[in-house]
Amino acid sequence: MDILSLFIIVPLLTILVLVFSKGLNQARLISMIGGVIQFGMALNLVAAYFNERTSNNDIMVFTRDIVWFKQFNIHYTIGVDGISVALLLLTSIVVLAGVFISWKIHDLPKEFFISLIVLSIGVYGFFISLNLFTMFVFFEIAVIPMYLLIGIWGSGPKEYSAMKLTLMLMGASAVLLVGILGIYFNSNADGGPLTFNIMEIAKVNIPYEAQRLFFPLTFIGFAVIGALFPFHTWSPDGHASAPTAVSMLHAGVLMKLGGYGVFRVAMYLLPQGALHWSWFFIILSAIGVIYGAFSAVKQTDLKYINAYSSVSHLGLVLFALLMFNKTAWNGAILQSLSHGFMTALFFALIGMIYERTHTRDVTKLGGLLKVIPFISVIYVITGLASLGLPGFSGFVAEMNIFVGAFQHDTMFYRIATIISISAIVVTAVYILRVVAIMLMGPVKNEEFLGVHQVTWYEKMGIFLLLIPIVGIGIAPLWLSDMILKSLGPFIQGVL
Amino acid sequence: MDFSNFLLMRQEIFLLAIILVLIIAEMFMPRKKKGSIVHLSIFLFGIHTVAGFLGIHESSMFGGMFRTNGLIHFFKNLLDVGVLIILLQSADWLQEKIVPQDNVAEYLILLFSSLLGLYFMISAGDFLMFYLGLELSSLPIAALAAYETAKRKSSEAGIKFILSAALASGISLFGISLLYATSGSIYFDDLLVLITSSRLSILGMILFFAGLAFKISLVPFHFWTADVYEGAPIGIASYLSVISKGAAAFILLILLFTILKPLMHVWENIVYGIAIATMFIGNLFALRQKNMKRFLAFSSIAQAGFILLGLIVGNQLGMATVIYFVLVYVFSNLAAFGVVQAISLRTGKEHMNDYEGLYRTNPNLSLVLMLGLFSLAGIPPLAGFFGKFFLFTAAASEGYYLLVFLAVVNVTISLYYYLLVVRAMFLRKSDRPIPFFKNGIYMRLGLIIAVLGILILGFYGPLYDYIYELSGSFNY
Repeated sequence: MDILSLFIIVPLLTILVLVFSKGLNQARLISMIGGVIQFGMALNLVAAYFNERTSNNDIMVFTRDIVWFKQFNIHYTIGVDGISVALLLLTSIVVLAGVFISWKIHDLPKEFFISLIVLSIGVYGFFISLNLFTMFVFFEIAVIPMYLLIGIWGSGPKEYSAMKLTLMLMGASAVLLVGILGIYFNSNADGGPLTFNIMEIAKVNIPYEAQRLFFPLTFIGFAVIGALFPFHTWSPDGHASAPTAVSMLHAGVLMKLGGYGVFRVAMYLLPQGALHWSWFFIILSAIGVIYGAFSAVKQTDLKYINAYSSVSHLGLVLFALLMFNKTAWNGAILQSLSHGFMTALFFALIGMIYERTHTRDVTKLGGLLKVIPFISVIYVITGLASLGLPGFSGFVAEMNIFVGAFQHDTMFYRIATIISISAIVVTAVYILRVVAIMLMGPVKNEEFLGVHQVTWYEKMGIFLLLIPIVGIGIAPLWLSDMILKSLGPFIQGVL
Repeated sequence: MDFSNFLLMRQEIFLLAIILVLIIAEMFMPRKKKGSIVHLSIFLFGIHTVAGFLGIHESSMFGGMFRTNGLIHFFKNLLDVGVLIILLQSADWLQEKIVPQDNVAEYLILLFSSLLGLYFMISAGDFLMFYLGLELSSLPIAALAAYETAKRKSSEAGIKFILSAALASGISLFGISLLYATSGSIYFDDLLVLITSSRLSILGMILFFAGLAFKISLVPFHFWTADVYEGAPIGIASYLSVISKGAAAFILLILLFTILKPLMHVWENIVYGIAIATMFIGNLFALRQKNMKRFLAFSSIAQAGFILLGLIVGNQLGMATVIYFVLVYVFSNLAAFGVVQAISLRTGKEHMNDYEGLYRTNPNLSLVLMLGLFSLAGIPPLAGFFGKFFLFTAAASEGYYLLVFLAVVNVTISLYYYLLVVRAMFLRKSDRPIPFFKNGIYMRLGLIIAVLGILILGFYGPLYDYIYELSGSFNY
């Protein structure tokens, strides 16, 4: 069995074992073992990748190709480059942390973990796919469990949020489907056979007219899950209603599918279409960046604050991708990763605070630093990372993005970039404000004094996510090296 | 005369033999043992289904009235599998709810006769045989729809069905006569060259199409569907929704793609309009349905709209994708109908609100229903996704991107109402949920076959390639 398909098979086996488990104890133990194995596999993959790179200069490594439907030339094609390796590592970490955070889930634990793992299968599969068809299949596999996860284990207006999220994402995938079919039926433009294989389509010169028609469909199809303004509305509601672990996976991993898909499919396969439309989507993503930041300022619910902050941060990813240069793209990928860790950690901490205080309303909280110092300190650290303080991953990413964006010297790009940069200031406002109100000052509610301290499984989840944040910030080179080397062929393909 | 030729009809002959055996059994079996007729018929029909998979060679007989080839043979097997699942799912109902048990044999005889009609319809080599098959398949259904004589709605369903069916087949017959008038033959082989594109034959084609559209319940010929599904026994509703619909779509495909191909510039526009109307009306009406049978009725109307996406292409690709879709659809829809039937039989509840909290009391049934509905909605990796994806691919291959777009919009709409059922079963909690109950062995078997089909079919790629190859049996 090849090293990549294991990312599908191990979770499948975990599910199979889970089906026969009984009770919370068994379910969480099995899920944890599965998560640890996946984490180990991801670390092993990183090592194997560096090893393979020394001898193998192909764009994709560890490739494998199995015919699925011969008539349509549909294959199960997998392979990775540095970008997908990094995202796979992110996924495995967030999934494992999610299992730890859900340690005390009481209602239908078995079903909860099964749905969570199905979701992770979709994400893993999406990142290893080199075939539009399999990519699309995994995309939908990742979305559908969200309905049950939010609907059954969520809080607040969960039915509404779950339905809204599912329908918007499925609607997006419907648009995407048309785009994919459009690419497929133009993949024979150079006289070859019709194919879904991304690497083969990349070599084909798809006619300009077709690119112009199908780029927006493909872009929007993916970007909705990356919370592109004005299609982001599913995201705050979904975050707010979801249980903690699902918010983590949702913001940390699922929303990354958008940027990755835009990069891997929409821009790589339809570069001329991308150039033609870039002005339009730059405007939308810049609006998303600034709008998300200002919305976060107005919110008082912790989850909503972070949900809008995600809209802002991920808008930045799309913005960077549309800049068409290596530095900005490097920043986009780094931003995806760092945001993945950061937001997951944020949601984990919010979950812990909510579990103890039973409220997520910032105005009702206060003085938490005295009550739960460990969680509060981590919250401050995460907040600082999120607003882009040097030494953390967020800084490296945003620095790259804006340096890259400023390489364009036309007025339009300048203005868009300046607007986006100003969002950083707003970010500082909403993060420091929460820190001030919620953590500092006197303890507002006597009941808070009696809450229990952080438990071992919560610490596991926290450290799993915190180490990469600091790690990327202090030593970003190995990661950006891995990413930059992989960006090379793509930048040649597009420009 | 060479009797080996009759081997071509061996499926028809075998089915006829089963019917005769049932008639004899009904007459001579002692009254107390009448219940075992169900076992007997499932046993015989099981053999018939398995034996059907033996190969057959391509030929025709009776001077071209009856023909068969690889694709037709495959489709008959598909119908067999579907009917077998339906039989398994209705077995408990037949044994418990039909009093006196004498009537069970009649029920099965009528059902098999209808299937025999479908066989003849899709094997027809001329319009006469086609029409005979059509009538033979419709008439028994009217009796079966009204079979629950104790219920008013059942009688209403029967009467509604027979009236609409008679009208539809009359219109169809009128269309056939116009085609005959303009071309001078009713044999399909002759019509291939004789068909003209005069206005009269276009009118004939449209009338003929309308008759079959009724059987597939395309808009605007769908008005009977919801009422009949609601009133008829659930086994019959599922028979109507997969078996008779699938067979009608199949013969429509064959005729449009072969003899009516010269008129394609006309019918492709009609199909385009009807496809959009059917998808939207089916889906939008399904949104508000609370009765599970009516809900599935409108969902099956919408599904028929998707079939037209393959039909509009008019070539081998379209044929293969439609057959594949029908194949997948049989399993998905029967999984859904099976659960509805099981719950209706044990508790008498058919309202969507009754399903609230079902997962906590009957997890297995809920999972089966969820898989069936997700497959109908086209969620990967379930088989329904592949069926839909291929249909869309077929339509896009001829450049119908707008139609594909409207279809995917409809997929999203349909997902909403399928999720409503999932919501009731999984998300909601109820004070008075449906209590836990155990299903009979036949019901379980029927559901397991359907679920296996949903789970496995999509992953087995060569199956589609095989269907595509078979679809080359006709010259388009």
